[in-house]
Amino acid sequence: MKRINIFALMITFLFTTSFAFAEGEMHAPMEPDWSFQGPLGKFDRAELQRGFQVYTEVCASCHSMDLVSYRNLVQEGGPEFSEKQAKAMAAMFEVEAGPDADGEMFMRPAILSDKFVSPWKNEQEGRISNGGAYPPDLSVMVKARSGGADYVYSLLLGYEDEAPEGVTLDDGVYYNIYAKNQKIAMPQVIYEDGVEYTDGTMATEVQMAKDVTAFLAWSAEPKLEERKRIGFKVLVYLIILSFLLYFTNKRIWRDTSH
Amino acid sequence: MSDDYEPQSAVAKWIDKRLPIITLFSGHLMQFPTPKNLNYWWTFGGILTFCLITQIITGLVLAMHYIADANLAFASVEHIMRDVNYGWLLRYIHANGASMFFIAVYLHMARSLFYGSYKEPRELIWIIGVFIFLLMIATAFMGYVLPWGQMSFWGATVITNLFSAIPFFGEAITNWLWGDYSVSGALLTRFFTLHYLMPFLIFGLVILHIWALHVPGNNNPEGIDVVKGQDTVPFHPHYVVKDVLALVVFMIVFAGFVFFSPNILGHSDNYIQANPLQTPEHIVPEWYFLPFYAILRAIPDKLGGVIAMVSAIAILAFIPWLDSSKVRSCKYRPLYRQFYWLLIADFILLGYLGSQSATGIYLILGRLATLYYFLHFILVMPLIGFIEKPKPLPKSISEPVLSKEEQLAKSGQTA
Repeated sequence: MKRINIFALMITFLFTTSFAFAEGEMHAPMEPDWSFQGPLGKFDRAELQRGFQVYTEVCASCHSMDLVSYRNLVQEGGPEFSEKQAKAMAAMFEVEAGPDADGEMFMRPAILSDKFVSPWKNEQEGRISNGGAYPPDLSVMVKARSGGADYVYSLLLGYEDEAPEGVTLDDGVYYNIYAKNQKIAMPQVIYEDGVEYTDGTMATEVQMAKDVTAFLAWSAEPKLEERKRIGFKVLVYLIILSFLLYFTNKRIWRDTSH
Repeated sequence: MSDDYEPQSAVAKWIDKRLPIITLFSGHLMQFPTPKNLNYWWTFGGILTFCLITQIITGLVLAMHYIADANLAFASVEHIMRDVNYGWLLRYIHANGASMFFIAVYLHMARSLFYGSYKEPRELIWIIGVFIFLLMIATAFMGYVLPWGQMSFWGATVITNLFSAIPFFGEAITNWLWGDYSVSGALLTRFFTLHYLMPFLIFGLVILHIWALHVPGNNNPEGIDVVKGQDTVPFHPHYVVKDVLALVVFMIVFAGFVFFSPNILGHSDNYIQANPLQTPEHIVPEWYFLPFYAILRAIPDKLGGVIAMVSAIAILAFIPWLDSSKVRSCKYRPLYRQFYWLLIADFILLGYLGSQSATGIYLILGRLATLYYFLHFILVMPLIGFIEKPKPLPKSISEPVLSKEEQLAKSGQTA
């Protein structure tokens, strides 16, 4: 059995390799304007805060974010909630701690240093609750998909109520024009007024999808702003240095015919 | 070297008498007579040294935070990205540094091929270089496995499975490599160990590479020997400054990747943790392996494909004897020069084909391109030396330089 698997793999490897999107089985995603795109782009704090709200109230009932801690919500370059706000958000969840002096494990409210609490005790529980398909962890989702933020945004909005004629959908499979083969195990979750934004923004589908995708882009690349800021200085430094070296070099070779 | 270094201070004299290391560095990094006509294609040696040292230093610090365990590796890389001070910078420099290293090494090799730097008396420099290239490939491949993402895992699975093509012992060798009956944490741990070791082997070979270079001295764009002192300049400051200038321009490109599109050269699937139960739809190697990957797939037989891929690198070591022409530089080889550019185009085409699915026209092109790759070395190179009538070589490095100046002077007069 193992031999056959490896052989099948070799065949796959040898004959089907190509980049995603190459085979016309996926639609090119929509390309909204992201505040964080481009060499000087930054996250929009309000957008990230709204996105966190959408994640917490909609996504988090099925998707974990194992790599992100509550303290990250306070850090520079992120949603930048106040420490008090983030502590309150963490305290809404309980985590297992211990053992205590009696050797017993106990539950306590989550604190800033805890990772986001997963909706599932373990992967098996997540699977059985979702018809066998484990909802993937969202921490680095935007970097883990070809197309990045554009893809995630499009996927959230790409649902159609009815599959076109000739397409049959199995139980627990939904029609989404941006999914691979237009089929996906996740149902549509973004609906108008699905959340009530604390800042009074109208919760349209487009607004919610954009906000939560921006939040996921931040969680995948929390150092994006610092990276671009340092990168800009590095480039300026190197470019000036290269000019100085150019003239130094010219001077040194001035008396050598070459 | 008429102006040989003499230690001046008492301390320098004391050290140099016991270990002439100051004299050594002075002779090889300061006064070393270098042909004065080297162009910017000669700056990649210095750039590559920079790449190696950058990879070693960033790798060293990454290794302080990375955990080579199948259950922890992926999270430890993300820990580096999120929690370690400037960890994201170290990792992005290291990951993109591998790509920059390969860009530089390909250009360095292309320069050597164009100007005939592999020819007598520099054969050993070239051969050591081929071994460095081979070690670089192994190091880069193992490094890509360490984050333990989907591409790491399945790339490792596919490549280690190539060993099973070896007749009779294939399966035993593959299991021995894995330390298990499949790719698992045992392989990850040994790859980490080897990935840590190999850069130092490369470093040792680089020293031999430079040592062997400093016996005959640099080749040059004219491809002729240095005949008199007038043909050379001391390495410092002429080439130190020129190399640093080229290096800084190279670093601008490098920084562009690291700070503004750090993931563009990688594959998004590697941000998904390795899952032995789920094969990615497309398993693609890193871009710098694509030409060899295309050669692997061009042969319809597994063992044959592996042999072709290994031969594609091994054949490089024999180039000094496959090339029958005594003229080094392609500047004076009108016929071979055209085939040189054909080879470069062929290699780039192979790289493109390696990224496409090997079906239909791509497979046919892949086979033709593979065929030409080998024919170039075993047929074109030996034959052209006999057919070609090279252009007349200048008498010395200074001669074409002077004549160019004379031309300038003349044109100045006529104007």
